[in-house]
Amino acid sequence: MIRLEPRAAPSKLMATLSPLIAILLTLIAGALLFAALGQNPWRALRVYFLSPFDDAYMRAEVLVKAVPLALMGAGLAVCFRANVWNIGAAGQFTLGAIGAGAAALFIPAESPFAMLAVPLIAGALCGMAWAAVPAALRTRLGVNEILVSLMLTYVAALLLDWLVRGPWRNPRGFGFPQTNAFPDWAHAPILVEGTRLHVGAFLAVAAALGLGLMMSRTLRGLRLRVTGGAPRAARFAGFSAAGDVWFALLLSGGLAGLAGALEATSTVGRLQPEIGAQAGFTAIIVAFLGRLNPIGALLGALVLAVSAIGGENAQILLNLPKNVAGVFQGMLLFFLLACDALINYRPRLVARRRA
Amino acid sequence: MEAFFAAMIVAATPLLFAALGELVAERSGVLNLGVEGMMLVGAVCAFIVALSTGSTALGAFAGAAAGVAMAGLFALLALGFSANQAAAGLALTIFGGGLSGLLGASYVGVPLPKAQPLFPASWAEAIPYGKAIFGYDAMVYLAWASAAAIWWFLARARSGLKLRAAGDNAESGHALGLPVLRIRLLAVLFGGAMAGLGGAYLSLAYTPMWGEGMTAGRGWIALALVVFAGWRVGWAAAGAVLFAAVTQLQFYAQGWGWRAPSQFWAAAPYLATILALALLAGRRTAGSAPAALGRIFRPSS
Repeated sequence: MIRLEPRAAPSKLMATLSPLIAILLTLIAGALLFAALGQNPWRALRVYFLSPFDDAYMRAEVLVKAVPLALMGAGLAVCFRANVWNIGAAGQFTLGAIGAGAAALFIPAESPFAMLAVPLIAGALCGMAWAAVPAALRTRLGVNEILVSLMLTYVAALLLDWLVRGPWRNPRGFGFPQTNAFPDWAHAPILVEGTRLHVGAFLAVAAALGLGLMMSRTLRGLRLRVTGGAPRAARFAGFSAAGDVWFALLLSGGLAGLAGALEATSTVGRLQPEIGAQAGFTAIIVAFLGRLNPIGALLGALVLAVSAIGGENAQILLNLPKNVAGVFQGMLLFFLLACDALINYRPRLVARRRA
Repeated sequence: MEAFFAAMIVAATPLLFAALGELVAERSGVLNLGVEGMMLVGAVCAFIVALSTGSTALGAFAGAAAGVAMAGLFALLALGFSANQAAAGLALTIFGGGLSGLLGASYVGVPLPKAQPLFPASWAEAIPYGKAIFGYDAMVYLAWASAAAIWWFLARARSGLKLRAAGDNAESGHALGLPVLRIRLLAVLFGGAMAGLGGAYLSLAYTPMWGEGMTAGRGWIALALVVFAGWRVGWAAAGAVLFAAVTQLQFYAQGWGWRAPSQFWAAAPYLATILALALLAGRRTAGSAPAALGRIFRPSS
């Protein structure tokens, strides 16, 4: 049998290789899954992972998908690194969309506030407010932030549902549950003519690089890493755990809100019950694929965006159910966690012995 | 009122199954956040088996087995590879959501005959409020019987004591010769079986059909139930009933003339969960978490 033996020091090589090994294992398991579904595995994998690069529009769509994943993944990487488990990014994303939607729908075009920054800031603030609930409950009362942030995801989805079916519904929308289309000023400028790729892509890159620098070069970054990795040491150093919990949750909530605001204003262009909040859960995998490093999360976002677009293509070309994407994501996270064991442990083949 | 009471007991059943299973796993020191995923896979497997065999019992069995298989995946990661338990549980929930959707894709909307009451109808009619006592299917009684059995096991049985030792101080338990990892493995697998049964109850009896994501956060509410029950069986059962009452509000509130948008009543269980967690937090009377909960343990020798 195989035994895991602790290494004297974490392996640097494995820290770099483990995400790549995990992706490789996911591809192998994916091929088996496709074969089990009666597909030609090579063809299915090609559709999943290469077809998103087939033409310029599709490549732009990959980046469009990657923007919210990168924004949320970078925030969650910081959060998880600090051992704060915000798994409600989907809810903060939804609130961001609602906040941005309120600004876009109710600020008149002639107002001096009728500019893109306003809905984006409103969205980020709403996301932060939604994340402030688990932050306050954890720091004040010691309530588990995992459960609170997740419960608020359901509440956010129902709030959005109520708004678009009730008070904010477009009366001339033929009964569809959706708001009026947002005005042009609330749309982020398009980067490449003929695609949906907007300047939000720069925001995602800036957020990832900025947070990457913060984590490696600033005192705040050090505090978060110590609080997460060695809480006792952090207490001796006099770091306030409460301050770090607030920082981590507000940061990740704000970025999720911003992602939701960008999605609502610039990708969807109105509010409707389905605005892609599921990305908040995918972003958890993005953060882990980036080894809880914000810059790594940027690369992780690209990988998952490719598989998301590939999954949509597979639905059309191969008639595969859309849930295959969820299976893939779950498998990827399984393999990532298993491969991370290689960083701290050395696998060794030993003869089975009787205990 | 009798109808509301019966609806409440029925709605409490999936929560009770899942919360009891998670309670046992957590008392052994393992936090499995994958309850929602295990319930979903349990629900879809139970539905498929019940539909193709025509047997509710076989369906329930398949649900439990599917939960065990899912829990085995979690155990491989969290116990075998010493992975972070929170992350492994999230992976299980994401994987379970996808897998259940994939397995059930061709079964959406197919009706299934509802699970029949365990006792003959004449019993329920023989006494006042008989329906509230004898009107349920077998799984409801199974859930309550297992609550009693688990209470006895944790409080009185020798093996229950060992399980609690693994959850409170793994190192000392190991030093005393307890097979900590094996105890935790069994506790996690049991948790999977119970979560699978909880899911099976949803797709076989509560709403006898399969719908994607039909657990609607019940796995997470079950996790919350364990916390505010203070890891005690009786309180978890009481909590399940209380929460079931809140989930039933969306069907009864309009009839009682309580005016609010339907989305508000649908959100009520989630808001109530947060409220309950906040109100019960920090109370010393509320019981306390197993000391080694969520901590990775690797035997040194």
